[in-house]
Amino acid sequence: MGDGAGEKPFVVFDRVQKSYDGETLVVKDLNLGIGKGEFLTMLGPSGSGKTTCLMMLAGFETATHGEIRLGEKPINNIPPHRRGIGMVFQNYALFPHMTVAENLAFPLQVRKTPKAEIEAKVRRALDMVQMGAFGGRRPAQLSGGQQQRVAVARALVFDPELVLMDEPLGALDKQLREQMQYEIKHIHDSLGVTVVYVTHDQAEALTMSDRVAVFNDGVIQQLSPPQVLYERPMTSFVAQFIGENNKLAGRVKAIEDGEALVEIDGGGFSRALAVNCGDAGSRTQLSIRPERVTVGESNLPNRAEARVQELIYLGDHIRCRMSVLGYEDFVVKVPNTPGHAHLAAGETTTVAWHTEDCRALDAA
Amino acid sequence: MAALPPYAGLGERVWWYSFRVICGLIFLFLILPILIIIPLSFNAEDFFTFTPGMLAFDAEAYSLKHYVTFLTDERWTRAVQNSFMIAPAATLLSTALGTLAAIGLSQGTMPYKGAIMAVLISPMIVPLIISAAGMYFFYSRIGLQGTYAGVILAHAVLGTPFVIITVTATLVGFDRSLTRAAANLGAGPVTTFFKVQMPLILPGVISGGLFAFITSFDEVVVVLFVGAQQQKTLPWQMFTGLREQISPAILAAATILVTFSIILLATVEILRRRSERLRGMSPG
Repeated sequence: MGDGAGEKPFVVFDRVQKSYDGETLVVKDLNLGIGKGEFLTMLGPSGSGKTTCLMMLAGFETATHGEIRLGEKPINNIPPHRRGIGMVFQNYALFPHMTVAENLAFPLQVRKTPKAEIEAKVRRALDMVQMGAFGGRRPAQLSGGQQQRVAVARALVFDPELVLMDEPLGALDKQLREQMQYEIKHIHDSLGVTVVYVTHDQAEALTMSDRVAVFNDGVIQQLSPPQVLYERPMTSFVAQFIGENNKLAGRVKAIEDGEALVEIDGGGFSRALAVNCGDAGSRTQLSIRPERVTVGESNLPNRAEARVQELIYLGDHIRCRMSVLGYEDFVVKVPNTPGHAHLAAGETTTVAWHTEDCRALDAA
Repeated sequence: MAALPPYAGLGERVWWYSFRVICGLIFLFLILPILIIIPLSFNAEDFFTFTPGMLAFDAEAYSLKHYVTFLTDERWTRAVQNSFMIAPAATLLSTALGTLAAIGLSQGTMPYKGAIMAVLISPMIVPLIISAAGMYFFYSRIGLQGTYAGVILAHAVLGTPFVIITVTATLVGFDRSLTRAAANLGAGPVTTFFKVQMPLILPGVISGGLFAFITSFDEVVVVLFVGAQQQKTLPWQMFTGLREQISPAILAAATILVTFSIILLATVEILRRRSERLRGMSPG
């Protein structure tokens, strides 16, 4: 916790719990520190509690237990309109009866900002999202991407120190979504504002964030920078949720210098990094990324016989579904380089992997 | 409805024509009684029927004397004054209360929603004469019977359900994240209501207010019970005019009221559409 900023965290969730019905906890004992200027993404499947956390931060939901602090100050008892947090809503929530400029002026008018200053700030915010020419339009006259830009500008126009984004790109098509990801990232870099971003799209989380908090079942499974999340998952949920993953269930036979010798259920053994497995005798699940598997003869320490089930040509690589140690869905990505292994469905070959690319995780 | 398609069979053809005849008859049945009143109100005699002179289009048979009576007779002018005081006051009350009630009832956290709604809507469902009798006894006890305040309150009670129903219907289409957005941007609940919610539900509020106005303006049963001679409204005066004086001034009054209603309805509808268009909710 708190390794993002070095100094004291700007936003703190301190043992926060949330229950809607008084019985089941939607958020269980959440401890999280967000550094000033950090871009933190809450990632998880629907119902994992990530949106509830965001709503508690915005003040639209109250924490059942625990404390939320913003810049050292507890904000549990501060109503949403006094928190001074900007927010981009999932459906943009632009006021349909106001023009774009009026929408942006609204938070400033409420704060009794002088008129000349309002005009200057609105113009600057619109220019920032390249919507300078659209101030006189109504939201209904804009496309989805344009509305999205206006929503971002409105959340930033009153210079909040913290901006929340609740799946803001969910309604856009793929190309526009990717473009907006970069734009939001650039705005974040240039303004130095703290952003808490909620999404269920892992690619979005990996491209944009300084750190990603992976939620499942009301608990943060792992809080790490994107590359750590992908390369060094700590739980089988994270390994499975982020990127593609081959999982092999088995039992730990012995542990030695941080390496586990695992007997795989389908027969055979593999050495793996003992990341999150119990002592000898406990169940575990091995996680191997498809691009870390070598096909054909090699001198790698872990080898298994594989039968090619299906080949899918994807241009830059060939996706190969194999049957390995009794698992039908073992996927290997063969890069399309000169002289790569040419496989045919039904063929039998050998797959192999490094011990450090194979992680022994909890048996989910 | 488009023209008859070329493949229509005999049955369809017969139905196609009879459908139009039936529709025409329905309109005739609804509108004719109102239209007949207009020429009759210019009758030079004190009759409720067309005189031979009128049928012969004799200019002598027509006159404005009933209009003169309507505009000068103290009984009529007083009734007009009363109506134009009671109806707007009752409308204002029921629109304000009904709008607030609808907003409250549309909150997810509101307990006993169904029961409260049923109680508030009940004046629309309970037979008027029963409400009227109940109000008479209740208002007598607390000294409201025979006062303007009493009549205004009674009419506000009758008008509120219309406002609740129209505003509730408008709120169904209201995006709740807009009030959240307003709060997030720093607006307190009062600012949020007047700057964000109210402008967006205004068409519903206006329609509800119009219904409430017409309800009070038309009302004769409750005012007979709750009001006294000083609170005599237009419908009440028309009622007694018909029963006791048998004066065709009532026809002049009716003609003026019909014209007034049409103008009022058209104006409000134009305003409502304009505001809807301005708010970007329907294509221009």
